[in-house]
Formats: sequence, structure tokens, C-alpha cells
Amino acid sequence: MIMSRFSLTAWQVLVGVIAIALWHVLTTYPVFGVMVLPPFFFSNPVDVAQRIVKWFAEGTIWKHLWVTLTEAMLAFVIGSVGGVLIGFWFARKPVIAAIFDPYVKMANALPRVVLAPIFTLWLGLGIWSKVALGVTLVFFIVFFNVYQGVKEVSQTVLSNARMLGMNERQLMRHVYWPSALSWMFSSLHTSVGFAVVGAVVGEYLGAAAGLGYLIQQAEGVFDVAGVFAGMFVLAAFVIVIDMIVSLIEARLLVWRPATAEVRG
Amino acid sequence: MAAAVALEQVDISFRLSGGGTYHAVRDATLSVAHGEFVSIVGPTGCGKSTLLNVAAGLIAPASGVARIDGAPLAGLNRQAGYLFQADALFPWKTAIENVAIGLETAGMPQAKSRPLAQDWLGRVGLATFADRYPHMLSGGQRKRVGLAQVLIRDPKILLMDEPFGPLDAQTRQIMGNQLLDLWSADRKAVIFVTHDLEEAIALSDRVVIMSAGPAAHIIGDWTIPLARPRDIAEIKLDPAFHAIHREIWEKLKDEVMKGYVRTGGGG
Repeated sequence: MIMSRFSLTAWQVLVGVIAIALWHVLTTYPVFGVMVLPPFFFSNPVDVAQRIVKWFAEGTIWKHLWVTLTEAMLAFVIGSVGGVLIGFWFARKPVIAAIFDPYVKMANALPRVVLAPIFTLWLGLGIWSKVALGVTLVFFIVFFNVYQGVKEVSQTVLSNARMLGMNERQLMRHVYWPSALSWMFSSLHTSVGFAVVGAVVGEYLGAAAGLGYLIQQAEGVFDVAGVFAGMFVLAAFVIVIDMIVSLIEARLLVWRPATAEVRG
Repeated sequence: MAAAVALEQVDISFRLSGGGTYHAVRDATLSVAHGEFVSIVGPTGCGKSTLLNVAAGLIAPASGVARIDGAPLAGLNRQAGYLFQADALFPWKTAIENVAIGLETAGMPQAKSRPLAQDWLGRVGLATFADRYPHMLSGGQRKRVGLAQVLIRDPKILLMDEPFGPLDAQTRQIMGNQLLDLWSADRKAVIFVTHDLEEAIALSDRVVIMSAGPAAHIIGDWTIPLARPRDIAEIKLDPAFHAIHREIWEKLKDEVMKGYVRTGGGG
């Protein structure tokens, strides 16, 4: 279905407005004498909005946002660099890849949440235990993409590069590297998303600051408005990051045909 | 003077993944002189591209030898430029970067290579397309960038593997004429692989016919007695063209039918 940019935005806003209106009505007014959504469990939009405004007005939220952002960025950078290097290495040395294959699969199959307490034990309650959790998530996404990218370089392009007189080092720089990077960038949304997930989950399980910590603290005292406020701030935070990633992606991948126009 | 490319009793076989070997080409002997334009024509899957890859040094023959200027070829053929059938441009480089890359990896600074590349883009009629990425170009334009990419390095030998295969008939004709123009400027030795006999006759000094595979071999070698310069479209109306076409086709059509049956009538 094709619709104009304007009417699409209008519909998107409408869905949000209806959802919030329903939430407000069902938590404020009883239907046939029964409160469908008891405010104790569901809070209500006004309280949540007031809480968010209060956080920003008092400025307490910035510290938490900054901590989560720092953790996510560090996890993304470290995980990506590691993923690119190891992915490259494995793809160029099939023997190494074959030896480590079962261990890579094993490590990737492990639910990363169970590692969080160990990281806290090793690295303390500060940001580094959260960074470590994020790295374990980001690394595998980037690693698999780069590995695939190097392995699936077009044989024709490779032969052409050889016939044009490139040596191994130049093949790396002009063929393998751009190909691997394009695969890495195509997974940018996923890997940045997972970096944030790692940071927030890590904070949730034990921290002194960050959005995950904020939500966990609110839950600890049954402050449902605080939980919802934390979730909304987190959602907005993720959307902003995703938009920035889209901008970066558009700059870096200008050479690629626009195949998937799903992200408006 | 030694031939630019000489293949002597070349056998090519591949090991099959299920065990056993596939004998692609048997006892192929072919000599291409400096400045000579030779086409290899044969049915689909007859191993003509494989033979070209031996001349390029991309694959080694099971037996026999490939000589370049009299010297046996070991490793890649550094004298040759290769125009591939499939898209071979670097998709992450612009047209001008693609054309210049062969010079730049050989150590030429960009200040020198870029004007040369721009000049070559002009020669293939793409002067205003320098900053386009390959996906923004049409199939014919990509082929022309590929041609400039290969020719800018001034190879002594030009190997072409059905370079105009994916293009439509009109574009093929334009590309053919452009190729002849560029070639006549400094006659390189050319081996041109195609399954299109008309194209082969219109372009070449000699046409070599291969049998259907497996164990394909060379079954005919014709000198084309048509004057140059030629125009691809006009020359097809020449009675001499028809005479030679009929003569070669007599030999080729049996092989085409064999190849057709063997590949199950598929592409």
C-alpha cells in the first residue's frame, strides 16, 4: 500500500493517541463498576508524563542517560572492533575457523544474561560490567556479518582485481575490507540495538546509575509510574539512536542500490 | 616473432565434488598473433571460457602449456587485460575510481591517474558519469567502464569473456563498434569468447569453433576475409559475410544441437 509521507505520519500519530487515550480512560474511569486497568498496576498517562517532566526539570535523568549511552557506545565500539578483526581473521584462515567453530557456536548459543552476574563479580558494579555484557552481544553479530562478508566476496570481482594487478595487501584494502564493512554496516541497526540492550539489562541486574537502574529502583518500591516513565524515556532514547544510525548508514553506503525502502 | 598467446595441447579437467574428474577441454592448440583479433565460438558449456581462463593464468591446465610471447605462463598473465562476462566492477567505487584503480595499485599517484581515468571515461562516452557508482549505471555503461578499466593499463593482450552477453541487441552493436574503434587505435592481440557467431565474424580476423563439451576440442579455424574498418551493422549485409557465416554455421550447428541435448535444452 502506498500513501503519502504526510498521511502515513498522521496515521502513526493517531495510533499512539488512541492507545494513550484508551490507557487513560481505562485507568481513570470504571466500566460497569469495574476498573479494567487498576492504576496500581498500570499507573496512568498523566502521572507518567508528570514523572518524565519532573526528571527532566530536575535534571536527574541526564546522568542516567549519559551512563547508559556511554556503556552502549563502549560496548558497540569494542564489540565491533573485535568482531571485525576476528571475523576477518577467521574468513581468511579457514583452518582457524574450523578449529574454533564449535566454540564460537557454543558461546553464541549461550543466553548472555546468565553472564551478567559473573561480569559484575569480575568487573564490579560500575560501567565496565555492563560494557562487557554489551560486547558479548555486539561481537557475535558483527563477527558473523564480517565473516560472511569476506567469504562471499564475488569471485568475479576478486578475479578482476587480480587481473588488474592487485597484490594480497591491495586485495585486502580494495576488495575484502569494503565488502566486510558493507556487511557490518548492514547490521548496524541490530548491533547498536543490542549494545543498548546489554547496557540496560546489565544495569537492571545491578548498578548505581543508568536507565536500567532507574527502572529497577522504581520496580523495587512498586512505583509503577516510575517504571513506565523509565520505559518511555528508554524507548525515545533508542529511537533517537536508531535515527542517528540511519543517517550514518546513508552516508557510508551511498554506493549501494536502495533495495529495501521499508525504513521510511 | 613469437605469438602473443599460444596454447599448446592444453587439457583442462576439474575434480568433481562427488569424486571423479570432469574433462572440460581436450588437446586445444591455438595461436594468436600480435595485433590479431580472434574469436572463440562454441555451444553453451563447451569450455571456451575455461580456455580463456588458462590464457589469463586464472587456472592451470592439467597438461599442455600456455605461452605468452614464447615464454611459458606461470601464475597470472601480467600482460593481459580481462573483461569478464559478469559484473566485475568494484561496487563501492565510483566509475572514475574503478577506471583508475589499476594504475593506482601499480603505484601511480592520483594526481596523474585521475586525469587519465577521466580521459578514458571520455573515450568510452561516459565523461559525465565519473562520480556515479556502478549500480547507478546501465548494463551497457557498466561494460564500458569495465572496458576503460582494463584498457587504461594498456595490456598487450585483451581477453574478453562474452563481455556483451547480458546486453540487448542494439547496445551490443554499439559496444561492438566502440570496441573495434578502440582496438584499431593500437591493435592488441584479442581473444574474444562468444556464442554469437554473427558477432564473432563481424569483429574478428579469425574465428575458432569448439565442439560441445565434455572434452571439448577445437574443430575449425576460419580466417575472415572482410576488409577493415568495419561497421558491425553494415557488414552483416555484405554477401561475403553471408558466405563465411554459412560455411562456419554448417560446422557449428551440429555441435550446438549436441550441446543443447546434453544440457537438457536449458540455458
